[in-house]
Amino acid sequence: MPSAGPVGGSRSFFSRLRDGDEFARLVTLVFAATVVLITAALVWELWINSVLPRQKFGLHFFVTQTWDPIMDEFGALPFIYGTLVTSVVALLISVPLGIGAAIFLAELAPPSVSDTLQFFIDLLAAVPSVIYGLLGVFTVVPLMRTVIYPLLNKPFGFLPIFKGPSYGVGFFTAGIVLAIMVIPYIISVSREVLLSVPRDQREAALALGSTRWESTWKVVVPFARTGILGSIFLALARALGETMAVTMVIGNTPKIAASLFAPGYSIAAVIANEFTEATGDLYLQSLIALGLALFLLTFILNGLARLLIVVTTQKGSGVAA
Amino acid sequence: MKRLALLAVGLLTLGAITFADNPLLINGAGATFPYPIYSKWFDMYHGKNPNLQFNYQSVGSGAGIKQVTEGTVDFGATDGPMNDDQLKAYQDKHGSGILHFPTVLGAAVPTYNVKGVTSTLNFTPEALAGIFLGKVTKWNDPVIADANKGTNLPAEDIVVVHRSDGSGTTYIWTDYLSKISDEWKSKVGKGTSVNWPVGLGGKGNEGVTGQIKQTPNAIGYVELIYAVQNNILYGTVKNSSKNFVKADLASVTAAAAAASKEMPDDFRVSITNASGNNAYPIASFTWLLIPEKIQDAGKRDAIKNFLKWMMTEGQGSVEALSYAKLPKEVVAKEEKAISKIQ
Repeated sequence: MPSAGPVGGSRSFFSRLRDGDEFARLVTLVFAATVVLITAALVWELWINSVLPRQKFGLHFFVTQTWDPIMDEFGALPFIYGTLVTSVVALLISVPLGIGAAIFLAELAPPSVSDTLQFFIDLLAAVPSVIYGLLGVFTVVPLMRTVIYPLLNKPFGFLPIFKGPSYGVGFFTAGIVLAIMVIPYIISVSREVLLSVPRDQREAALALGSTRWESTWKVVVPFARTGILGSIFLALARALGETMAVTMVIGNTPKIAASLFAPGYSIAAVIANEFTEATGDLYLQSLIALGLALFLLTFILNGLARLLIVVTTQKGSGVAA
Repeated sequence: MKRLALLAVGLLTLGAITFADNPLLINGAGATFPYPIYSKWFDMYHGKNPNLQFNYQSVGSGAGIKQVTEGTVDFGATDGPMNDDQLKAYQDKHGSGILHFPTVLGAAVPTYNVKGVTSTLNFTPEALAGIFLGKVTKWNDPVIADANKGTNLPAEDIVVVHRSDGSGTTYIWTDYLSKISDEWKSKVGKGTSVNWPVGLGGKGNEGVTGQIKQTPNAIGYVELIYAVQNNILYGTVKNSSKNFVKADLASVTAAAAAASKEMPDDFRVSITNASGNNAYPIASFTWLLIPEKIQDAGKRDAIKNFLKWMMTEGQGSVEALSYAKLPKEVVAKEEKAISKIQ
């Protein structure tokens, strides 16, 4: 890539270095490479520190359900399941709410309202997760047991996902708390993306006779689709890795249950709970292997997300923002 | 030139003074349960010996054992004694052993939230084992009700709450259940984290308490100190002499005194289900882990002197923080063991 720089070309390397272009390129290259290096180092550390469970359990580690530190039997499946289920519930709630709010703020609300609300949304994004956990324990958990559970269990109790008793804590509660936590991200990023859609796109749609809503929904939103998807993936990443708030409301029971009211466990929560008191090398390394599993999960989901963006961008009419 | 020399002399003197003032630093790490009393002790001891400073990180018993074995700290602390494998690992690495020194006592108590019950409930070993194994599922089950005549127990499902984080309290609780129930011993076992047959996990004493308060008909266990300081309702437990004993500082020390007759030389003893009329059955020592061989003579003397102080004068301040004192018999035995440190 010798001719890569926009001002590169005929000048010598040293003259470019002296002028600062090459210097800036090298410095920023080092910064960019650091990200890759940190990721690689992370994987390497997780990999070499999880030798024992990989030797003892192999791939069974990912499909067995027993987590017994006394008998030295470790399986990651209930934790992977819990992590995925809570994240999916969180997205199902937060995506429609978040994108709806972003459309209102970017397209329909007067700028003064939009800017004021944006201030509060940014504030929400900065609240520490333990605060959301407390909110979960003192508000969502009782609400779940006394209001949401009877509301869903009576009419829909025949469905496996709404069956069984509710203790207040569980997959559903964790999903709701996660949804509350990630909504600010979705709104904030989506709003920015929607605001950056060129004005002539809207004007063209209006000129062709579409209503305000039609121009928003059929032109502006598809145009900003890639950016909106990006905000959802940011939210997903946050939901997958959330530790403190989840462990306070999920019930911390390593079991797989179809019912969303049942207590469960997530990968990040079990690591935080058990790491300090993990005695024995296999136990400790199994927790590190769980960390590796979480990393892989995030990696795979991010890969799928990229794929989704590529596919939809090629199919759709809108140009990527 | 003269001024420069003067400056140099001045700096050297200053350096010498700061060097002399630098206290000897002794690092430790381990159990979180005794952290309040340890930090108080270390602070008091530093007040008496300003040239000596203990630095204790409450990172958890598991981490304490790991760090002292790796030699990154001068001493460790744990709520559950090191097992034979861990002792062997230490011996292999250092060529000498490690000693356990009991410091104070802790206990775990059953706490509950049962509809319509505001009195102290009595629990038999069979009831506790049955509930935590998931076999006793209703509050009005005869195994609970027979010990609580006169209390109207509801026919509601029992919700079990346990600690989700690895903890010394869980160790004491499961150690007790292992002693009184063969089924528990073979199915679950004892440890700081176990594979619970039933129940929800709460993080920390406050997590368990919060979960119990919010869930009708729940039962769980918390540290005695936490229950006392937060005025939490907790039940009595039937001990091996068939008495229902409510946990308090006296009944916990009584359990230790009863067990001290059979105290092994390495102090690695479990005092759950101890004999004695007034002994509370779900109690345990917590230990300091001191290497047998300490190379640095200054540190060695400092640690030995601290241990002596902790067993005599130091014990005077434990009850103010709701810890139970060591019985006299144990102190006498420990004082002899100090000479093993070389």
